[in-house]
Amino acid sequence: MDTCNVFDNKEMNIVIVGHVDHGKSTVIGRLLADTNSLPQGKLDQIKALCRRTDKPFEYAFLLDALKDERAQGITIDTARCFFKTEKRKYIIIDAPGHIEFLKNMITGASRAEAALLVIDAHEGIMENSRRHGYMLSMLGIRQVVVLVNKLDLVPAEDRQRVYEEIVAEYSAFLQNVEIIPQHFIPISAVEGYNIAAKSEELPWYDGITVLEALDAFKEIADGDDHAFRMWVQDVYKFTNSRDERRIIAGTVSAGRLHVGDEVMFLPSGKKTKVHSIEGFNEPEQTSVSTGKATGFCMTEQIYAKRGELCCKIGEQPPRTGSLVKTSIFWLGKEPLDTEKVYKIKIGSAAVGMRVEKILGVLNASTLENSEKQTVERHEVAQCLLHFERPLAFDLSGQCADTSRFVIVDDYEIAGGGIITDVEEDEELEKKLIRRNVKWIQSSMTPHERESYYRQQAQLIILTGNIQIDKKEIARKLEKKLLEHGKIAYYLGIGNVLYGVNSDIKSDDSMNSPEERNEHIRRLGEVANILLDAGNILIVTANELIPDELDTLRQIIRTDNIRTVWVGVDNRRAADFDFYYPVPSKSIADELAQKLFCI
Amino acid sequence: MMTHLDNLESKSIHILREAYNRFGNLCMLWSIGKDSTVLLALARKAFFGHVPFPLVHIDTHYKIPEMIEYRDRLAREWKLDMVYGENADALAQKKTFPDGNCTRIECCKNLKTEALRCTLSGEWPRYRMNHDTGLYERDENTEPYTGVILGIRADEEGSRSKERYFSPRDKNNDWDIGDQPPEFWGQYKTDFKPGTHIRIHPLLDWTELDVWEYIRRENVPVVPLYFNQGDGKRYRSLGCWPCTSPVESEATNIDEIIEELKTGKFANIAERSGREQDKEDGGGLEELRKDGYM
Repeated sequence: MDTCNVFDNKEMNIVIVGHVDHGKSTVIGRLLADTNSLPQGKLDQIKALCRRTDKPFEYAFLLDALKDERAQGITIDTARCFFKTEKRKYIIIDAPGHIEFLKNMITGASRAEAALLVIDAHEGIMENSRRHGYMLSMLGIRQVVVLVNKLDLVPAEDRQRVYEEIVAEYSAFLQNVEIIPQHFIPISAVEGYNIAAKSEELPWYDGITVLEALDAFKEIADGDDHAFRMWVQDVYKFTNSRDERRIIAGTVSAGRLHVGDEVMFLPSGKKTKVHSIEGFNEPEQTSVSTGKATGFCMTEQIYAKRGELCCKIGEQPPRTGSLVKTSIFWLGKEPLDTEKVYKIKIGSAAVGMRVEKILGVLNASTLENSEKQTVERHEVAQCLLHFERPLAFDLSGQCADTSRFVIVDDYEIAGGGIITDVEEDEELEKKLIRRNVKWIQSSMTPHERESYYRQQAQLIILTGNIQIDKKEIARKLEKKLLEHGKIAYYLGIGNVLYGVNSDIKSDDSMNSPEERNEHIRRLGEVANILLDAGNILIVTANELIPDELDTLRQIIRTDNIRTVWVGVDNRRAADFDFYYPVPSKSIADELAQKLFCI
Repeated sequence: MMTHLDNLESKSIHILREAYNRFGNLCMLWSIGKDSTVLLALARKAFFGHVPFPLVHIDTHYKIPEMIEYRDRLAREWKLDMVYGENADALAQKKTFPDGNCTRIECCKNLKTEALRCTLSGEWPRYRMNHDTGLYERDENTEPYTGVILGIRADEEGSRSKERYFSPRDKNNDWDIGDQPPEFWGQYKTDFKPGTHIRIHPLLDWTELDVWEYIRRENVPVVPLYFNQGDGKRYRSLGCWPCTSPVESEATNIDEIIEELKTGKFANIAERSGREQDKEDGGGLEELRKDGYM
């Protein structure tokens, strides 16, 4: 009989957590054995090993397949086991209960949709019983069943009392961290009480078994009803393989995307439409839903890059900003340091980050709050974080993928957290979003304008060492383009500095970082208008660095931009489309040839 | 509505794309088996018909000949950037199990683990397919690979069930099982010290059954050795011929394999039960894996 097809689409990840030695691995071993889920080879292998090493067989050995763990008798890393009931398939993740391995517990638990939390009736509620409860809450796991284990070790007449005391005490704790467990179940994993079948040994208990509780967990609904969110994971153009498609690739975090949808990338605020949804070895799609790793082509080729958040115009937009309030948990070997620059990763975005202020530190086990100024390993804290660049995100409780982040210290993930609030600020991104939203549309599309002018608007940025004469190259290139019937215009940054920028122009303006940024922003805005008008625009400015080019790309809506560096600076060779270490009379001609074949 | 296979596929593609974005010198190990071939099919989906990194095969010279034939045919058809490496010294000096000069585990260490380590680091020659001639030529690129994609699955055996999606290896290729990086919320370890590399495991959540169901759904070409050719035997897991034995099976096609795995006699027998090196010691494979075995 083929029963598997019935639940082909259903698979649930369950994590099993709790204090060290409270019997998590034994619960799993028992579940595997009682549901006949053990591969024959595996059981024999472990039994043979127990004979060789003179150890009595234990169910927990089924999981502790690694020598280290057998030697220490504790689980040090998450292991995954596969089994099935009549209702569905399960992946059971065994998370370590030792405090040293909290990072492994989090690794395991973050993959789960529901959790079994094991408490030893004999030993009672311990530090990690509580800490793990708190972490489940922080990780957003709301479906929890508490197993009160090892009741076989409690004298029969005390069992009900011991069980009920644990239920009362632990329910109160979980309530504080906003978890209401679905069930408490008294069990003995070693003896098999209430695992797969109701036990005669605990006659006072009339609730469900562990297997029944597993089958009662609900699958997390897909996020199709939510506003569309997709992190730009990468932008592909496999020109070498003669594929001219420019594909924005990513995995849909929430909502649905359809061909023809108008989308915006944040924080840049650039807008375009979905031209096609791309795929390989699958039927053509006109829409994609939450969870799909996909890619799409745009109607208007704008410059979008990894780390931007794609959303749909007309839906609730994400937030943007660089100063955020967060709840974090810290796993780093070194305490969290307010002087240090860390890296923060949200979705595909990654930027430098400083801790602006530690607002409060919480002991995850006692829930006591203290006003310390450091966050030690395994502590939980409220912090104000300052990103080096503004990012797009959602606030916690809306969309998991866009509101949670990790903190990287050197090469290691050292913490994680959720964004709870954002301080609004007037950054470039805000201006751009407003500009794009308020932009007065002409009845001509950029595409129509291109066909009238018989050319594509294009920006050529000529920059390089201050002593090199870039103006002459630009003038020559402009002339040549005009002679060949192109509509071209040369704009030096000086043309903007003394007019459009006269309100902020000081003597040494281009050497003051703040003023320089504003000059470049305004140059970008002027260039954007000239490009929207359909021109081929040549811009010159001294020593533009890659960050400044990025700013220009962000402001300018077309992505048809070529960059040229003139002068010796080996670092620049890779950053620019064209690199001329030695200025020469032929540069303008070469550029005309390479860019326009004239 | 996303199906179970859709979910697995999307998650694996996400990991492949992340690897491609984060690692400048990335490669994918292709053992020619069904798992790494599914991985290859997933890569073509992730990159819209392209495979933008080299495929590396460690040739022990004891592979079943059909495997090498199949490798080169697919490499030509799919325009793959195909690279292989080998332990030329051990082969020349006959330091192998079939030659009777070492145990199965030592043989695996020589022909696979060492060959893999030195091919990845670029210390030993790599051979790359020239698509104009269809022949292999010594690869001029000797840069170490910093990201290596592998098709291991958590359900195969104990040590693999503890792997991360992005798993660091130190300078000696060693895996520190006791101190693995945390991995949650789809954020992976993509920052690494010079001299170390990261192994990337996009198939970690797949089961043997998932792999076969995906092969059926996507028409992934697999070596015919997986099917019964009329003698009542087929390979369930492919390795070197001296250490891999076929299993008794009447399954002649993918449907029959899937049926066999779901309800038939293999529903409860470990997949690698035909792999002899796993049986030599309590933790044969985990010992090998700490040293850098796949």
